[in-house]
Amino acid sequence: MILKNQQDFIRRMPEASHDLRRRRSFWSVVHIDPFLLLLLLILTTYGLVVLYSASEDNSNLIKRQAIFFIIAYTGMFTVAQISVDYFSRWSLLFYVGALGLLVSVLFFGVGAKGAQRWLSLGGIRFQPSEMMKLAMPIVIAAYLSNKTLPPRFKHVFWSLILVIVPTVLIIKQPDLGTSILVAISGLIVLFYAGLRWRYILSALALLLASAWPMWHYVLHDYQRRRILTLFNPEADKLGAGWNIIQSKTAIGSGGIDGKGWLEGTQSHLDFLPEGHTDFIIAVLAEEFGFVGVFALLVIYLLVIARGLYIAVNAQDSFRRLLAGSITLTFFVYVFVNIGMVSGLLPVVGVPLPLVSLGGTSLVTLMLGFGLLMGISTEPPKITNNR
Amino acid sequence: MQEHQHFKNYHIESRSFAGRVLLTTVLIIGLTFALLYRYYSLQITHHQDYATQSDNNRILVQTISPQRGLIFDTNGRLLADNRPSYILSLVPENIKSVDETIETLRSLIVVNEGHVQDFYKFLKKNRRPYQPIPLRFRLTEEEIAKIAVNEYRLDGVEVEAILVRDYPAGSLFGHSVGYVGKINNREWSKFDEEQAKRYRGVHTIGKIGIEKSYEDVLFGEIGYRNVEVNARMRVLRTLEQQNPIEGKNLQLHIDSHLQQIAVDALGDYRGSVVAIDVETGGVLSIVSTPSYDPNLFVTGISYKNYNSLRNNPDIPLFDRSIQGRYPPASTIKPLMGLAGLSENVISRSYKIFDPGFYQLENEERLWRDWKRTGHGIVDVHKAIVQSSDTFFYGLAFRMGIDRIHDFGAQFGLGQKTGIDLPNEKRGLWPSREWKQQAHRLPWFPGDSLNVGIGQGFALATPLQMATMVATIANRGKHLQPQVVKSINGEILPPKIINQVEVDNRYWDHIFNAMKDVMHSAHGTARRAGSKSSYLMAGKTGTAQVVGIAQNEEYDSEALKERNRDHALFVGFAPFENPKIAVAVIVENGESGSGTAAPIARKIFDSYLLDKNRDKEKPPAKLVSKPAIGEVPINKVLSVNVLPEISSLELAQRENQ
Repeated sequence: MILKNQQDFIRRMPEASHDLRRRRSFWSVVHIDPFLLLLLLILTTYGLVVLYSASEDNSNLIKRQAIFFIIAYTGMFTVAQISVDYFSRWSLLFYVGALGLLVSVLFFGVGAKGAQRWLSLGGIRFQPSEMMKLAMPIVIAAYLSNKTLPPRFKHVFWSLILVIVPTVLIIKQPDLGTSILVAISGLIVLFYAGLRWRYILSALALLLASAWPMWHYVLHDYQRRRILTLFNPEADKLGAGWNIIQSKTAIGSGGIDGKGWLEGTQSHLDFLPEGHTDFIIAVLAEEFGFVGVFALLVIYLLVIARGLYIAVNAQDSFRRLLAGSITLTFFVYVFVNIGMVSGLLPVVGVPLPLVSLGGTSLVTLMLGFGLLMGISTEPPKITNNR
Repeated sequence: MQEHQHFKNYHIESRSFAGRVLLTTVLIIGLTFALLYRYYSLQITHHQDYATQSDNNRILVQTISPQRGLIFDTNGRLLADNRPSYILSLVPENIKSVDETIETLRSLIVVNEGHVQDFYKFLKKNRRPYQPIPLRFRLTEEEIAKIAVNEYRLDGVEVEAILVRDYPAGSLFGHSVGYVGKINNREWSKFDEEQAKRYRGVHTIGKIGIEKSYEDVLFGEIGYRNVEVNARMRVLRTLEQQNPIEGKNLQLHIDSHLQQIAVDALGDYRGSVVAIDVETGGVLSIVSTPSYDPNLFVTGISYKNYNSLRNNPDIPLFDRSIQGRYPPASTIKPLMGLAGLSENVISRSYKIFDPGFYQLENEERLWRDWKRTGHGIVDVHKAIVQSSDTFFYGLAFRMGIDRIHDFGAQFGLGQKTGIDLPNEKRGLWPSREWKQQAHRLPWFPGDSLNVGIGQGFALATPLQMATMVATIANRGKHLQPQVVKSINGEILPPKIINQVEVDNRYWDHIFNAMKDVMHSAHGTARRAGSKSSYLMAGKTGTAQVVGIAQNEEYDSEALKERNRDHALFVGFAPFENPKIAVAVIVENGESGSGTAAPIARKIFDSYLLDKNRDKEKPPAKLVSKPAIGEVPINKVLSVNVLPEISSLELAQRENQ
């Protein structure tokens, strides 16, 4: 520990002297990153406006979502207050806890349509796979940041084990979409830790080689159908293809500036299924047009840019890796959702982050942003030299 | 580079991270451009195409419901039919104010609160846009005319012809054939993806009886049609069509004539009759009275009707034949006698003296015989003929519950019979383990005594008793009772559950005893068996409804009607070559010999003697149908495909 602190000190020397002279700003005291907060507020407001239209002016639904926003923002502020070191120190506990809940879903889980995803505790239902979305990057970042980087084979191996176990558990539920996202959030940490290219390339080669057996033995019928539908939505007009045909029509008919708020015929005439959840971007695109989509993407990009800025300027590897992973995973959500609704990607159940209706994913995302804020507003570690 | 990396180099780590972030930034920007390009292409390049598709011409995928399979009785008499019926539907998308339209309709035709509530319930459900929602079923000619005249002020109101299930035999098959009814929220929430697709264009689903258990067979497969509609959702033309596959027709083993005889014989009594074809296990008649008219449920039962059915103290909605659990009482005695002989607990010549009660060693309690004076010297034959309780107390005590349980279980007691009707009850055929689990008490010898005369813990449904006696009549060949005889003409083979192995001499002995119940001078059912041209076999039973204390006199006058004993009878005929096995339960019928046995006799007579039964033609009105050409198809958005052959033709085809 002494060695580490000294090194930190040496490395930090120039900035440290600078930091010591400066008084801590208001934002740093309350642990809020003002840029990020502003962007999130814009994004969630925009989301509520679209959701109001998508939910057929259902004010109850909006109220419920607003309550979730309050919970989520409170959660974010709370997480931001906690010293980031705690997360590193207790990472394994989070991970094992989340893993335990995932296992118990298999036995006591409740669900619908053949999938078992929720745990019900005293009337409150939640999805343990959501908790894993946070626990995964934390545990891998904590594990790798203690090792020399780039990670050596042994450490890569154990990291992969940490990734695979929960992923398999979530596939079992079955929830392919979430399991991929959880795996990605872990793999991103590995990538940012400097995983050597020869590993990355050989993994990609292996992935390609395993595509065939995956298709035949691992994927469920409905998952295969979704992928097939992507390439030919006309084949199953009434079933899986219906969503894509209708969402493309909704998006395309929006044009440059859209049909106007609450004026989208595709969504308001109920042609568009899941308009308030996974397919909400189609409602936005129909009513606000290309301009609306462009604006949304710009806000998303700004959030991501801020996240990466925080990551690059973080104090040590753990913080860098964690911040990087949270931000890039966020982008993956955005890309997968917007891509799937427009027919670029297969339909996997990924909500549009911070816009789609739904409590648990919202809370998880905001907790992630809480971590980012904690990292960005932390005072420099070496302050006791005065 | 390899070796010194065991020390952390913070500078390199930080730089390497920055490099990777730069890389991902490039990737993010690239992918975002891909998304933007995609939306640009959809929203700007191809905007016109999608706008046209969205605004002017919409392709709708409509489901075409298959015609539900028909149900016939064993003689080809139609039991469940599809009749064209006119329903009034609203398409909310084409209506400015739904409430106002409903008000307008109210001034023209009958629309009550129940209709409106159901309508809004439907409206909230997941539905295809422009799918009409039914408001009123079974419009009369006059109502259709009124709607037609006022069409100009009824935008979005449609009169649609659909096929509605009809049960010509009414309450005669209320429980067995059952009914279809509106799909409720609970059913919707249980559907998987396929089912949700299937029932999208259908209003009803099989709720109980054969209609439920054969839902998949009767339903068939839905078809699809892609239609082009204009902005006001009028169908312009059909682009593509995949025809539905019609549901399969069922023929039942049940004979409506026998069914009617059973219902008439039960009269005003609450009770149940189950008759089984001994050779095949086919259910010839299954009746639970009182019954109800299944037609009430098809398009949604009115609250008034439903409440009167629900609150009726005779519980007509309860299917006594497969759900009513009754003590089998003395009807269990032939089986007990057989068990004693087969297990070598007694011999055919084994005799006891019956003083009118039985006493366990070292116990005060008297186990009373129904005949206070006793039956004197009794062997197993006499014990069955005169229904001596004392003999069977002793037999049950000597045999012990384990052997009683195992033997009885072979006849299906305590298990579901596996009949093709939903919601069957198991009855209760007690065992040592069962009592330990259910009551946390050990098995007492007294428990065995009660079971030995079919009282105590023992409970069976009328169907189970019929299966038991059919298995006896079949000399141990235990067949699964089956209501449906054939699907689209394909006969379903009988299913053997097990074969009870008992020496033939013992079967003969018990058969003779059961014959003498009906035909000997002292047989309990001698009056029901008298003056018949064939021989029959049977056993009466009288089940206590309330326990009677040790020394209290049984005074049926003082007891309220509902506390009177249940009357039971099981039997088969003809004696030499059993064809039909019957179980009869008459709730509060008091006497097995006086009330239940004569009902069984009527069934036997009808089945064995009524030669004209098979040739009887169903009355014409049961298969007639309004002319099909009258249905105005052009007015209809989602028409069900109408039948091309009338059910009359089908009925005739089935008969050949």
